[in-house]
Amino acid sequence: MKNNLYDTIAAISTPAGEGGISVLRLSGENAFSLTEKVFSKDNSGIKKIDFQKTASHTIHFGYIFDNADITELIDEVLISVFKGPNSYTGENVVEISSHGGFYIAQKILSVLINTGARHAEPGEFTKRAFLNGRIDLSQAEAVADLIKAKTDSAHSSSIKQLEGALSEFAHKTRQEIINITSLVELELDFAEEGLEFVKADDIKAMITNLNSKLRRISESYIAGKVIRDGVNLVIAGKPNSGKSSLFNYLLNKNRAIVSSVAGTTRDYIEENIIINGVLFNLTDTAGLRSSDDEIESEGIRRSFSKIDEADMILYLTDSSEDEKFIEDDIANFENNFDKERSVLVFSKCDLKKVSSDKGTGVSLLNEETLENLKRLMSDKVKSAFIPFSKDEIVLTNIRHKFCLENVIRSLEEAITSVENKMSGEFISVDLRNALNHLGEITGEVTNDTILNNIFMNFCIGK
Amino acid sequence: MHRKREYKSLNLINSMKKYFDIIVIGAGHAGVEASIAAEKTGCSVGLITMDKNAIGRMSCNPAIGGTAKGHLVREIDALGGVMGQIADKTGIQFKMLNTSKGPAVWSPRCQSDKNLYSAVAAEFIYEGKGIEVIQDLVKNLKVSEIKNKDGIYKYEIQGIETESGNEFDCKAVIITSGTFLNAVMHTGNSQVEGGRIGEKSATGLSECMMKLGFETGRLKTGTPPRLHYESIDFGVMEIQTGDADPQPFSYKTDKGNFPFQKQVDCYLTHTNELTHEILRTGFEDSPMFTGRIKGVGPRYCPSIEDKISRFSEKPRHQIFLEPETLEGDSIYMNGFSTSLPVEVQLKAARTIAGLQTVNILKQGYAVEYDFFPTHQINLSLETKLVSGLYTAGQINGTSGYEEAAAQGLMAGINASLKLKREEPLILKRSEAYIGVMIDDLINKCPEEPYRMFTSSAEYRLVLRQDNADQRLMHYGNKLGLIDNGMLGNLNSNIRLIKEGIEYFNSNTVSPKAVNEYLSAKSSSEISQNEFLSNIIKRNEVRLPELLDKEAFNENNLLMEIKKNKEVMNQIEIDLKYKGYIDRQNDQINQFVKNEEIRIPDDFKFRKIRSLSTEALEKLEKVKPNSIGQAMRISGVRPSDISAIMIYMRG
Repeated sequence: MKNNLYDTIAAISTPAGEGGISVLRLSGENAFSLTEKVFSKDNSGIKKIDFQKTASHTIHFGYIFDNADITELIDEVLISVFKGPNSYTGENVVEISSHGGFYIAQKILSVLINTGARHAEPGEFTKRAFLNGRIDLSQAEAVADLIKAKTDSAHSSSIKQLEGALSEFAHKTRQEIINITSLVELELDFAEEGLEFVKADDIKAMITNLNSKLRRISESYIAGKVIRDGVNLVIAGKPNSGKSSLFNYLLNKNRAIVSSVAGTTRDYIEENIIINGVLFNLTDTAGLRSSDDEIESEGIRRSFSKIDEADMILYLTDSSEDEKFIEDDIANFENNFDKERSVLVFSKCDLKKVSSDKGTGVSLLNEETLENLKRLMSDKVKSAFIPFSKDEIVLTNIRHKFCLENVIRSLEEAITSVENKMSGEFISVDLRNALNHLGEITGEVTNDTILNNIFMNFCIGK
Repeated sequence: MHRKREYKSLNLINSMKKYFDIIVIGAGHAGVEASIAAEKTGCSVGLITMDKNAIGRMSCNPAIGGTAKGHLVREIDALGGVMGQIADKTGIQFKMLNTSKGPAVWSPRCQSDKNLYSAVAAEFIYEGKGIEVIQDLVKNLKVSEIKNKDGIYKYEIQGIETESGNEFDCKAVIITSGTFLNAVMHTGNSQVEGGRIGEKSATGLSECMMKLGFETGRLKTGTPPRLHYESIDFGVMEIQTGDADPQPFSYKTDKGNFPFQKQVDCYLTHTNELTHEILRTGFEDSPMFTGRIKGVGPRYCPSIEDKISRFSEKPRHQIFLEPETLEGDSIYMNGFSTSLPVEVQLKAARTIAGLQTVNILKQGYAVEYDFFPTHQINLSLETKLVSGLYTAGQINGTSGYEEAAAQGLMAGINASLKLKREEPLILKRSEAYIGVMIDDLINKCPEEPYRMFTSSAEYRLVLRQDNADQRLMHYGNKLGLIDNGMLGNLNSNIRLIKEGIEYFNSNTVSPKAVNEYLSAKSSSEISQNEFLSNIIKRNEVRLPELLDKEAFNENNLLMEIKKNKEVMNQIEIDLKYKGYIDRQNDQINQFVKNEEIRIPDDFKFRKIRSLSTEALEKLEKVKPNSIGQAMRISGVRPSDISAIMIYMRG
């Protein structure tokens, strides 16, 4: 049984892309208790809340923490509490409004999933709403179709290719886990067959080897996201450093033909551009502009969460300023920005050249400097986000990433079971869990397959 | 069931036909359990067999139990069936398999004297005053048409007609025909009608069922040659002994006198390249390879010719020699099932170490027989077409005595419950291997003979042979198959187990009391008081040894636990594997929720237009009665389940 009807599900309810806020929804029996685990009314993580005791349809201000480490604060949020049956799904529902940006919302989502929620299937909230009698029959057929349609909805061809490769990979992985499980099971059901059994150390090596492959794929998610959604690019810098000019220049020259995700409300602050084949989302520049007057190192630190969401930052320093100013600004950049993801730009370099080799000079009047910058940007993306060769699998879907992480976790548990010298039936529990999680990607379930595999590969029958 | 008895006599007066509440066709392992369960629950039973001397006959290997099959026997016993008792009474070697693994896959097995086995099975049958054994062949089922609109059943069973012209009326029929329906035996190029050597085939019944609208199929199984004891040189073979401390299958068996028979050894030898070469010379006359056998055989129990052709790289295969009886001459050649020509069987056998001068008493052969694919029955084992008609055992496409007996028991119980207008007993996958097996039969509709494996049970960790009583005895008691004394005993054990676990979880032990023991077991010593449960959890620690330490001598509860081996064992398993067992119980809770969402009998899947074609076809065939069951049908996807749920709400 793969996804069941009673567990607590979670998903980001606002469309992908940038916006002022993101809303994350949880529904199910444990929606309150799961949220309580990662939520606190104060930013030290101490003031806990009991949502069972709060009134329904109330909003609560507080902070979300990484559950693995309570000291890591993720975001300030507003939490809306709806008690079943008076909620959209008829179950206990929590809606978490976090600050804009998919990154933070995804971070919160993954924290909730690590805490015990399951990533919702397409249409699942609506499905539950129906099953709990919250919407009427006339909508039922539409829901059924929706669930069906979503699972085979069309994607762009490049993503389809990626997903094709993923499903092939998932099938291969599945076969590998089935092979390992068969080796473990063989000893249980066919102990007297005179077969040679594989040593525990070899089983462990097989699982470890497989798991390191899976980890690499799981880590490719960032790359996959970049391929699918584009690189979130933020132009930052002190007032009058030329951010708006560069923003407008990039927009005018490179406006992408692709439209943003269907259903997203287009906003002047989000634009897609393509540079050397890489999709960039120019975001939030307007927001940064309005706080220009306060941009000093302290201010930058405070707006870090915003910058954190960016996949890439262009930090502009005005070349025409005096040497001391430039020196401080470079230091500020170096102290506060992640080098992997950031490019230091000396703007207005037609007015004065900066002698430092820490950045690149750009002048809107000089086409060559702009081309340089663009090459630098696309190279940086390729080296930072796509360190994968063409034949490698890249994950583009967060649901797949979660499934894969569950597979990895189950395999880790299997390794622990082997290390603890547990008998095969215990190792098998973990391996079968891994297969079940993988089944959420491939849609396949198991039992008979293991026996079939044994019959195919081993001479059984005394 | 006095009402039924009165009814019976009424019938006798009104017509000259004889009446039984339930008629069981076939007296093999399924038929025996079905008859006894029906009789003990108050029904009059007519047991019709082609040969009164073949009750409970072991057609193939002279052994009961084995991996997963041993679990089935323990479950049959806990429910009140007889297989475990017969095996205990007739066992000549007992062995607990898999003892190097965890407790969930320990499985009891015994070799039995096959003549004794059959004799004891017959004793159990004749002990039942309400069972009449009739030697005859059933030719026809009498049914009446049901003219209702809901379309669940088309017919209702009325009785049977036999070859010798007898007619019997009844309320229910259980068919346990084994390999006998239109059976054909193959050895080399020869084909003989019959279900076992020297026994005839049962014709007529399949045809009658097909006329009613049942679908039928062919399966194949095989058996190895039986060898002459005197002609074997056991001296060159490896001895296979039983356990030094044999454990009985049955909760009813008095351990004081156990084992009841003399215990004997088995022997292990191997085929070699020469054996394989000779066997290959027979391939052109093999009914398997020439296509004369159409039936599908089990992959887990292949013939020796199959093994050497499919796994040609294997230089040798195991051959176990097992005595068929205590006193007799016949040795079962386990691992050498074959339908090659007799001369090839003999020539090949004589290449094997210790068998150079062997004589064959009975040749190996393959047998093909009719079965009825199991999408045609319900989880109660009642057919969907004919109300009151049940099938159990090989007719349902299973193989093995234990699988047959378990189904026979359930069919007997459920036919009896139906006569009392009570709900059938349906064991869940989370409750019993029997539940797993029947659920697999109905939802997966296997295409090769179905055998029980522990890996088929997803809740294996809790379905142990050591707790079959805790899982099932209350059902047996409610049915009247397990007496109150036995249940009372179990309940006091359960109480003791609970108290014991609580005690170990909440009481600590000092370093002084246990360190000596721990270091003797190479387990790390403790430096301060530690909860007893944490000590017991350790792999190296054994509860019986620990409780033997002086420190525990003064405690009454612990003394009581110490005296009760079974209780001690349950406590130890519970504490040692707690994490895994808890996880499995969580899975079971989720599973049970889905099982409890019922799909109405007359639910029209066709009305849901978003179902995939494959899912619709399978759902209409199986007609699942819960969402959980629907989820297990191969080809039904999660989106199909959503659609069904949505329509059920509507």
